[in-house]
Amino acid sequence: MDRITTIRSRTVVLPATNIDTDQIIPARFLTTTTRLGLGRQLFADWRYAPDGSPKADFILNQPAAAGCQVLVAGRNFGCGSSREHAPWALLDYGIRAVISSEIADIFRNNSLKNGLLPIVVDETTSQWLLAHPGSEILIDLASTTLQLADGTRVAFPIDPFARYCLLNGIDELGFLLQQQERIAAYERQHEDN
Amino acid sequence: MPKTMFQKVWEQHEVAAETADTPAVLFIDLHLIHEVTTPQAFDVLRQRQLPVRRTDRTLATMDHSTPTRTEQVFGGVPVANTAAARQVQQLQSNCAAAGIELLDMRSSLRGIVHIIGPELGLTRPGRTIVCGDSHTSTHGAFGALAFGIGTTEVGHVLATQCILQRKPRTFAINVDQKLRPGVTAKDLVLAIIGQIGVEGGTGHVLEFRGEAIRALDMESRMTVCNMSIEAGARAGMIAPDETTYSYLAERPRSPSGAAWERAVERWRALPTDAGATFDREHTLDAAVLEPMITYGTHPGMVIPINGSVPDRKGDPVFDKALAYMGLRAGQPLRDQPVNVVFIGSCTNGRLADLRGAARLLRGRRIAGNVRMLVVPGSQQVKAAAEAEGLDRIFIDAGAEWRESGCSMCIGMNGDTVARGEYSVSTSNRNFEGRQGAGARTLLASPLTAAASAIRGRVTDPRELL
Repeated sequence: MDRITTIRSRTVVLPATNIDTDQIIPARFLTTTTRLGLGRQLFADWRYAPDGSPKADFILNQPAAAGCQVLVAGRNFGCGSSREHAPWALLDYGIRAVISSEIADIFRNNSLKNGLLPIVVDETTSQWLLAHPGSEILIDLASTTLQLADGTRVAFPIDPFARYCLLNGIDELGFLLQQQERIAAYERQHEDN
Repeated sequence: MPKTMFQKVWEQHEVAAETADTPAVLFIDLHLIHEVTTPQAFDVLRQRQLPVRRTDRTLATMDHSTPTRTEQVFGGVPVANTAAARQVQQLQSNCAAAGIELLDMRSSLRGIVHIIGPELGLTRPGRTIVCGDSHTSTHGAFGALAFGIGTTEVGHVLATQCILQRKPRTFAINVDQKLRPGVTAKDLVLAIIGQIGVEGGTGHVLEFRGEAIRALDMESRMTVCNMSIEAGARAGMIAPDETTYSYLAERPRSPSGAAWERAVERWRALPTDAGATFDREHTLDAAVLEPMITYGTHPGMVIPINGSVPDRKGDPVFDKALAYMGLRAGQPLRDQPVNVVFIGSCTNGRLADLRGAARLLRGRRIAGNVRMLVVPGSQQVKAAAEAEGLDRIFIDAGAEWRESGCSMCIGMNGDTVARGEYSVSTSNRNFEGRQGAGARTLLASPLTAAASAIRGRVTDPRELL
């Protein structure tokens, strides 16, 4: 996995609350057996009309969204299913961080394991970001701060272990594999369960 | 110090406790896998030349994208979707190569992954259970700690039988009194989600407690825990008791003999100790609840069946949801015309659910304009239903009787609701497009679904009981 240190980008804003994983990538696209190419189906039912043509009024189809790497969304982003296809689709499209005042548990876990930063901010910061689409922000993972276009710096929480892995490009499976002796010892004592 | 059930199960599975810098390494007793969320995980194991550590603690089945038409499951009729067929083939080859037991397309034990774990006796109190599916919370009905994981984590568990986790907080849902006739576990859990909200449980493990919960049979308890994730919770749990033990005593893969005695003794120590505290609590009265139905695009947008769609003037997200649903603020949902009725899913696809629906449909016919699908949660549920003649009741009423699978809950296999159509569904999600692009889902109990099928409009089942 690539190292992440900073992300500087304009934001693209989806103000809806409770954006669920079926919106991020509808279930009919989950028959894939790879993790590549899912960006085409990101927000498919919001992005495309039934005949497959892009909907002009959807933000991702507008020139302003081109090149944006940070998605700002309403509260409780990523609720619903455990499909890792959701962060895969966002990353494949080019999104590298999602900011919301609340991010659903499984989506957050899945994102961290793929190098997509799930950033939870306070309600005031969230409202400011929602009200200022296209503003440039700087995310600094080393200092776990977010710098807004007006210079305001906001700290964000992130699990220290996930942060360490992301900063160093380490995947968590390597860490787990180092625990094999302890796992074997546990197994010897707990075969009843 | 008194402990919650969650704390006990968590501590019993710590291979390494969490520290400030590292999450806990948690041992997983049972890993359930299916076709949709595993191909990429097996790819990682192959790339890194890692074996599956515990094939004996892994069980595979296929449910999400599999057909439910008998001629497709058992006949020579090909599966329509080649991508789905390829996914199923990959699961077959991955399981064969790793030596993982697969309950394959034509197995009499196949079914929705959250239905078969319990019915086989693999879902047990005190176990940690994971699956690449958010409704893994279902298994918490037995006092297991069970939660959905992503595909990367599926790979972690295949390779190490462990998962890295930060300890969630605890949240007690106390349900006093008892549900009244015609009001089911589905109505209860929808009411709970309506009260605490679809993000109310985020970061928490719920424990459902109280008189109403104790009075529920295992199948109803599974319905309640199944939808914990719809409140945003990591997991939902119910303490094991005699109801749990008598359910498990009859299961083919439950421990037997002296091992059973030892297991029950361990299980009796699991319930939350008197005096243990939860990070949060919420209390409600089951006796005042009515059948519930959703009107919007998430499960928290729910009202009693005789209520009206709320008015949140000026909330654009709310108005957008109503526009998607084709409903107006202030209108009643009762008598809303219905196009499709779906009975099934890991929420309501068990024998008790089918019996409830059949009780209403016996000797009646569904309305002429309604298409009704009854999809048993597993092949064992199907066989049991047929043994008591439930299939005849559904077919005589005008419904389609199918082979088991996730079917119209997620619409991956071609069982979908058409754009703009209204579906009264016993499944768990009413998200936009969940049952098909443009489909409008009204979540409800099997009783409400059956009653609505008969009248062709949203109906309070108590009028037909």
